Amino acid sequence: MARMSIAEALRQAIREEMRRDERVFCIGEDIGIEGGFGGAFTVTLGLSDEFGHERILDTPVSETAIAGVAIGAALAGMRPIADVQYGDFLFCMMDQLANQAAKLRYMSGGQVSVPLVMRAPVGATARGAQHAQSLEAFFCHIPGLKVVAPATAYDAKGLLKSAVRDDNPVIVFEHKLLYGSKGPRSERGALSPIGEVPEEEYLVPIGQGIVRREGKDVTIVAKLLMMYRALAAADILAEQGIEAEVIDPRTLVPLDKELILASVRKTGRLVIAEEDNLTGGWAAEIAAIVADEAFIWLDAPIKRVSAPDVPPPFAPLLEREYVPNEEKIVAAVLSLF
Amino acid sequence: MTQADTSLSPGTEAAELPDPERLLHMYRTMVLIRRHEERVNELYLQGKIPSTLHLYIGQEAVATGVCANLRPDDTVLSTHRPHGHALAKGMEPRKLIAELFARATGCCRAKGGSMHVGDVSVGMLPAIAIVGANVPIAAGVALAAKMQKTDRVAVCFFGDGAANEGAWHEGLNVAAIWDLPVIFVCENNLYAASTPVSLAFKIENIADRAAGYGMPGVVVDGNDVLAVYRASRQAIERARRGGGPTLIECKTYRLCGHSRSDPRTYRSREEEAEWQKRDPIPRFRQWLLAEQRFTAEQLDKVDQEVEETIEEAIAIASSSPEPQVAELYTGVFKDLS
Repeated sequence: MARMSIAEALRQAIREEMRRDERVFCIGEDIGIEGGFGGAFTVTLGLSDEFGHERILDTPVSETAIAGVAIGAALAGMRPIADVQYGDFLFCMMDQLANQAAKLRYMSGGQVSVPLVMRAPVGATARGAQHAQSLEAFFCHIPGLKVVAPATAYDAKGLLKSAVRDDNPVIVFEHKLLYGSKGPRSERGALSPIGEVPEEEYLVPIGQGIVRREGKDVTIVAKLLMMYRALAAADILAEQGIEAEVIDPRTLVPLDKELILASVRKTGRLVIAEEDNLTGGWAAEIAAIVADEAFIWLDAPIKRVSAPDVPPPFAPLLEREYVPNEEKIVAAVLSLF
Repeated sequence: MTQADTSLSPGTEAAELPDPERLLHMYRTMVLIRRHEERVNELYLQGKIPSTLHLYIGQEAVATGVCANLRPDDTVLSTHRPHGHALAKGMEPRKLIAELFARATGCCRAKGGSMHVGDVSVGMLPAIAIVGANVPIAAGVALAAKMQKTDRVAVCFFGDGAANEGAWHEGLNVAAIWDLPVIFVCENNLYAASTPVSLAFKIENIADRAAGYGMPGVVVDGNDVLAVYRASRQAIERARRGGGPTLIECKTYRLCGHSRSDPRTYRSREEEAEWQKRDPIPRFRQWLLAEQRFTAEQLDKVDQEVEETIEEAIAIASSSPEPQVAELYTGVFKDLS
């Protein structure tokens, strides 16, 4: 087992997939420039040395073109891994993702497919309102897109490799505080988990969640940064005699619904933690599924711990209030007992 | 447009003209498109075709002149007004008409409809009905052709309205900087829905914008099929040789409304009458006769064959089954049902 950061795991996944399959290429801004950063968070650093600038393709500042070109190339037999510097910029290419990538297969009667990977960093990191949003729910809402959100190095590598091999468009959400980017691209206050990654080839299948901590009293569903905060909350709760089960869905579409339902049937209580805004969010969808399909197993109301319905703020003090933390998750759990 | 209304392709060298077989095929294609559009409009008005229709009447010379230079493995990207492009690229009328009838035998199994017709077996991608969105996708298809080291080209059709979309700008720019084998064909029919080009452009020729991206821009009489053929032939040959993209502006006119029940109150009957005189089909027919390429009997025979083809396609479509309700749920993803 090698130990590495998520940025390193993602880079290794890209390198292996590009070596395995010559159809795979990367397209994005500042991803292969000599003397550049290797993307906003160093994931593609050094890859152009091995693969050249035709396969690590730097674009102008043109997000619509990044998505559109990736879609066109995917339609014509390539396997693009596209990248935006900040997830917020996905809105610039929203037509391409929502109207084109997601729908071309369906509306063509199955004639075409769009094997596109779209990588996007999310999470609030003291950059203000336009480099901070957690956009997962938007994309979960669009039929035709798969959505993954790896929180560990093992999952980052295994899920990205699965995404590259998937015949459908897959949006990969990565969290800025989890990358472990180094040098000038390191993040203040980052969690940067180092994880074990096997030397040998492996995949993490799209559509499988994982129980990160077992418990019998309450289920906490959380992804990306919130998964770590849920684990921290579980430690605090354990000191108070409450055993929380923490579930990391890893894939958001298609959702491993059974894993969550099985846990709720065991614990009878559900808290969902997310960094996205509350209204119409991903946590609301999880709550609705459980209310629909496991209502009789619930001993208490379902609680959501989400960012409030305000844009991400700049001031670190305000941001700490905006992003849910372990104290808020603990409080939500305690309110159920 | 200064040339006499019935003249065609003045100054064309004999060597630049299509061979007789291709000339006859081009005549057949134009008549096929015209009669298709007229007949499906009748069927629409009779309530036999649901939805809306954006007809190509008057613009037949553009699709025909361009596609006469394409191979089956070249790709066409189309718009919300795609029937002419589909037929010119070689789609069977029976597949097209069955789609308009919303039948299971349609080219997109009744999941696309008029605005998304396509048949990848003949190089016609499902049409994209978001104005301008096909431009960066066309660049991507061309990028794939280049990466795969083929001499395939992509042709992207769009109207004057698309040239004011951001996606258009981004797509042309990347096509130019990467020398992609793509031909951008602007069908300037003088109106974006009801908005005249004079309200939407400060410049006389949309093709002038090509200079801003560093690619050739060409203006042609879009109602002169031989002029379109010649201009697109040069651009396509250049693209195949690795010479990069071209923007061709075809000045043309819709001899019909924008879509269903368009009373055309935003333009004068006098203007329409002027353009009626330049109807591309009589112009081409008169040229073929005047040049003694074919006899009237030969052309009448083509007309008759087209009628039979279309009526047969309508008969097949109207007796074809509708899709099963279960089809609603299939084909969103390639691997998941």
